[in-house]
Amino acid sequence: MSTQASRAAARLMISPSVILLFLWMAVPLGMTLWFSFQRYNLLMPGQGGFVGFDNYKYFLTDPAFFTALWNTLALVGGVLLITVFGGILLALLLDQAIYGQGIVRVLVIAPFFVMPTVSALVWKNMLYNPVNGIFAYIAEFFGFQPYDFLAHSPLLSITLIVAWQWLPFATLILLTALQSLDSEQLEAAEMDGAGALSRFFYIMVPHLARAATVVILIQTIFLLSTFAEILVTTNGGPGIASTTLTYLVYVQSLLQFDVGGGAAGGVVAVILANIVAIFLMRMIGKNLET
Amino acid sequence: MARKTSNRRKLVLTIIAWSIGFVIFFPILWTIILSFKSEGDAIKTPLQVLTSHWTFESYGLVQERSNYFRHFMNSVVISFGSVILALIIGIPSAWAMAFVPGKRTKDVLMWMLSTKMMPAVGVLVPIYLMFRDWGLLDTRTGLIIVLCLMNLPIVIWMLYTYFKEIPSEILEAARMDGAGLRSEILYVLTPMAVPGIASTLLLNVILSWNEAFWTLNLTAAKAAPLTAFIAAYSSPEGLFYAKLSAASTLAIAPILILGWFSQKQLVRGLTFGAVK
Repeated sequence: MSTQASRAAARLMISPSVILLFLWMAVPLGMTLWFSFQRYNLLMPGQGGFVGFDNYKYFLTDPAFFTALWNTLALVGGVLLITVFGGILLALLLDQAIYGQGIVRVLVIAPFFVMPTVSALVWKNMLYNPVNGIFAYIAEFFGFQPYDFLAHSPLLSITLIVAWQWLPFATLILLTALQSLDSEQLEAAEMDGAGALSRFFYIMVPHLARAATVVILIQTIFLLSTFAEILVTTNGGPGIASTTLTYLVYVQSLLQFDVGGGAAGGVVAVILANIVAIFLMRMIGKNLET
Repeated sequence: MARKTSNRRKLVLTIIAWSIGFVIFFPILWTIILSFKSEGDAIKTPLQVLTSHWTFESYGLVQERSNYFRHFMNSVVISFGSVILALIIGIPSAWAMAFVPGKRTKDVLMWMLSTKMMPAVGVLVPIYLMFRDWGLLDTRTGLIIVLCLMNLPIVIWMLYTYFKEIPSEILEAARMDGAGLRSEILYVLTPMAVPGIASTLLLNVILSWNEAFWTLNLTAAKAAPLTAFIAAYSSPEGLFYAKLSAASTLAIAPILILGWFSQKQLVRGLTFGAVK
């Protein structure tokens, strides 16, 4: 039935989104690439021109770049560690028969739907604040000095906020995967005398590995762009202690008006994200065939 | 005997699960509680906060002093506008790819997905400059366009997976019964596609509502949605716990409620069908 005519119609229906997405991706990316080889500062109009790899040289040899790169890796790694292990434990717990399972699920999932600026401000003021925050009250209750989280360990504090936001996502996906596990397989293993631990490690873990990989890849893509949480809580500080790559590019291009340098940073960020994306695309692509 | 131990096990697990759920939900719960307190009561010790007087005054003050409703409407217009626009562009594409798959359909789908992998910061500079030159900075139109393009790959992917599940035999049966293309789309496909389209709308509205990179960088005051409005509270002089809590509660409540209905779609939409 799929005649020449219907194929032509199909192509016509697909083309608007293909063209729009192509423009959305290619034009700005091409401009970023172009700017990255130019001297272009909004504060110094008229001083343009091709500068070769100078912007990259300045960006990559700037000590701030290494701090930002390290901070990015620490933030992404820390959040992944907390969410994947926390998510597995929570998924296992929510998979059990408990009273009010639906309500607990709703409570656990809720943080994912809170907008980043709200969760950052709530944590900053209601929890971390060394005078009025809940953590300060808890510390005082047990006779400790309140700790100024955002001033003394800014990156760890931001990691906790972001992990709180993404834990529901990891839990939900791992729980979905857990529930798709064939219960007969588990029963058969139990009949054959496999204990709870060996059932977990030999049946559940291999089954969850795929879902966990998906969680890691998708979260990495999103986490590399973490922005609002940093802007609202620490502004990348104190100093540059909590500046990530995304935040550094933002500072360079929109606060220091150095378009060329910011663009070079943007290209570096795109390259890093693409390394992760290649693995993710391969996994999703495989799934599409089956 | 076995029954008794399993009951005790269930009780212990219930207590553990409820405690963890409470801890995870606590920041939200505390925000909601503080929003019903006066500014003076909100900064007392937790015990005093709980026993202090309950009031709606912060909600009134937020609206009075900052025109909260305008930012709320900005969020509504931007999130629904961008998703509806994405649906208008995406539905024909997804429909064509699901029902008239060609040799390159898979490549096109994967390529669309790859645009989603590009970090926003990589195109921040050119988008910002283009918006400045075209007068789109701090306008709802500008944000609708950006968020529409940002969500378009997810929209098409979700619709594609839903449309794929509609059995093509039904179409053949309808054609045998003499249905033309128009009635085929109107009476056969549309009713079956509506749930998928609704889920896609729901999840993407949530994502747009909470989007906080472009909304923070491309708006100032006029078109600022709730994400940007709340961020203004981060300055020390704007530090009013009760009002911040009231504004936050209003900003997250609609999405929390929508979100609870969309748990299943969330998994499907955000993993691009890799986990179902």
